[in-house]
Amino acid sequence: MPEVTTPALELMSVTKSFGSFLAVDDLDLTIPAGSFFALLGPSGCGKTTTLRMVAGLEQPTSGTVCIGGRDVTGDRAHRRPVNTVFQSYALFPHLTIADNVAFGLRRRRQHDVDAKVKEALDLVELGHLGERKPTQLSGGQAQRVALARAIVNRPELLLLDEPLGALDLKLRRQMQLELKRIQTEVGLTFVHVTHDQEEAMTMADTVAVMNKGKIEQMGPPEELYSRPHTAFVANFLGQSNLAPGQVVGREGDLLLVTVGGATVKVPVDRAVATTGSVLVGVRPEKIGLLIEGQEPSPNHNVVGPGIVTDVSFTGVSTQYQVEVEHLGTFGVFSQNLLGGATVTLGTKVRLAWSQEFTFGLDGDQDAAEGAADLDAEP
Amino acid sequence: MSLLAGLGAGGGGPAPKERARGAGHRWLLAPGLVYLTVFFIVPVGALLATSLYVPVPGGELGQYQPALHWQNYVDALSQFWPQLVRSFVFAAIATLACLAIGYPMAYVIAVRARGRSLLQGLLLVLVIAPFFTSFILRTIAWKQILADEGPVVAALRFVHLLPPDGRLTATAFAVVCGLTYNFLPFMVLPVYASLERLDPRMLEAGADLYASPVTTFRTVTWPLSLPGVVGGTLLVFIPAAGDYVNSSLLGNNTNTAMIGQVIDARFFKVLDYPTASALSVVLMAAILLLVAGYVRRAGTEDLL
Repeated sequence: MPEVTTPALELMSVTKSFGSFLAVDDLDLTIPAGSFFALLGPSGCGKTTTLRMVAGLEQPTSGTVCIGGRDVTGDRAHRRPVNTVFQSYALFPHLTIADNVAFGLRRRRQHDVDAKVKEALDLVELGHLGERKPTQLSGGQAQRVALARAIVNRPELLLLDEPLGALDLKLRRQMQLELKRIQTEVGLTFVHVTHDQEEAMTMADTVAVMNKGKIEQMGPPEELYSRPHTAFVANFLGQSNLAPGQVVGREGDLLLVTVGGATVKVPVDRAVATTGSVLVGVRPEKIGLLIEGQEPSPNHNVVGPGIVTDVSFTGVSTQYQVEVEHLGTFGVFSQNLLGGATVTLGTKVRLAWSQEFTFGLDGDQDAAEGAADLDAEP
Repeated sequence: MSLLAGLGAGGGGPAPKERARGAGHRWLLAPGLVYLTVFFIVPVGALLATSLYVPVPGGELGQYQPALHWQNYVDALSQFWPQLVRSFVFAAIATLACLAIGYPMAYVIAVRARGRSLLQGLLLVLVIAPFFTSFILRTIAWKQILADEGPVVAALRFVHLLPPDGRLTATAFAVVCGLTYNFLPFMVLPVYASLERLDPRMLEAGADLYASPVTTFRTVTWPLSLPGVVGGTLLVFIPAAGDYVNSSLLGNNTNTAMIGQVIDARFFKVLDYPTASALSVVLMAAILLLVAGYVRRAGTEDLL
């Protein structure tokens, strides 16, 4: 069946400044209908401001907001076909759970309010708590009620503002799967704002990484993870080893880059910059350690030698820190397939990884950008 | 030692620990209990007794002896019921006027000025500022403001809201104005306190769920501020019903007299202690009944 593909949300050159602070900087964004979209970034990157402008709780300084193909830029919040799950849930304390969920339906004078409320509460598995007051709920239950209160209205766009931020880790993991299930079940467009990269990658089918009011990169989680375009994305989404180098030549589909005396090969289609100074990157779990006498497999990049300065055993894997002269510290995750740690502290090792996992970034950016922000937020 | 033992046993069950803590706290009530016994329970007992006294046969004016003369109540009520009813009507009008004036004031201070603590503080000081001068002085000032030669009367006559010979002093209007003015802070402060706690995200949630600003006010803000409104109306209504300063200074002694004024006159001018006492008891009982009914109807227990 041919579908008219009107995007659920379109932001066109949206800018928002608070005084001299530019919270959102000339943002363009298109979100297709039916998708689970995550806006990921550190605190203060403008993601919540973007969400609030979509909800109508904040007016953009300039630019256009379209929901379902309709320009709603000038519309106030209560006129927009959008519902929000607030970070603090913002349940009405004077109303019962059922009345909270019915609130939006009653405002729009819908029929069969009771049946719809029951259906929504059943969806979040709280059908038996309708008569309670919000103060009698646990954090996880309040979160579900907030979700039901938004979903029951079948908005064109469901906005989730750090909805799992207040939950403990275990409950958060459980709710991530739950949210994903509910989204698939009701087929609404979800826009999820979070600073938790794991949360974004687990749930969303498209992730936009935001930094300083701009979108750094957008795409499916796997693509963002394996082919980051900026140092910020490489560091904020998971961890990366980034080493500065110079492009010295080309060999077919591979760039030759000198990195601290060694020459590594980077696939051209995985490099953002193909000349001059670049940052060569590789994910920690892609690296293998070579002890003295071991030779790398063919088509592998090798750097080192370096000294193992830290070994932490985490059960599933062992995390090594390897200090390489001229290049700094590399992180290496090695899966414990055969047992415990195989390399001890102080061992001299070389680092090897398959060429195809190497990525190249523009050289004139801070290699540590985004790294310090990781997990900085509570 | 027993306290320590109680704490040590706390691990086994909460009961001994609770008891130890409760006993300690009970002493904190002592000063209040002593004070209330001396200055409230004893006087109320004396009042109840006096309301049943009879004059000493052949005695002088103001001489009474203990008795159980219930007829005092019938006499007092049959003579002064118009003043009693008027007191409640005036107090009710003043309460509504205080709510109409005070709620928007409290809303602006608590919600609109939120985040600007200097402005909030200044506005609150302005609300409380009248208390810096005496209640009586301020009411006398109102007498000047509303005087026949004063600017208010002149202005109202000019726009024909008052007839050329119309006046404001010595009218019911002046009495209600005085009550409203004097008790306004008692409405503003509790309403402010409950609006101050209002989470602005509640208003955003209302807007997000398709409620216009007016609907959000009706369905979210107003119900959440009800504890303050109930508190404020009680704080205004109760003293206003028993007030005698406003009706004495701004009224005309005949068709604006309130029950407080009557009690005052019975006590200090006519020395008719039993009637004054009986009226006081009736006033107290009536307020108690009205308030109990009101609080129950308002149904704000789970919000308080």
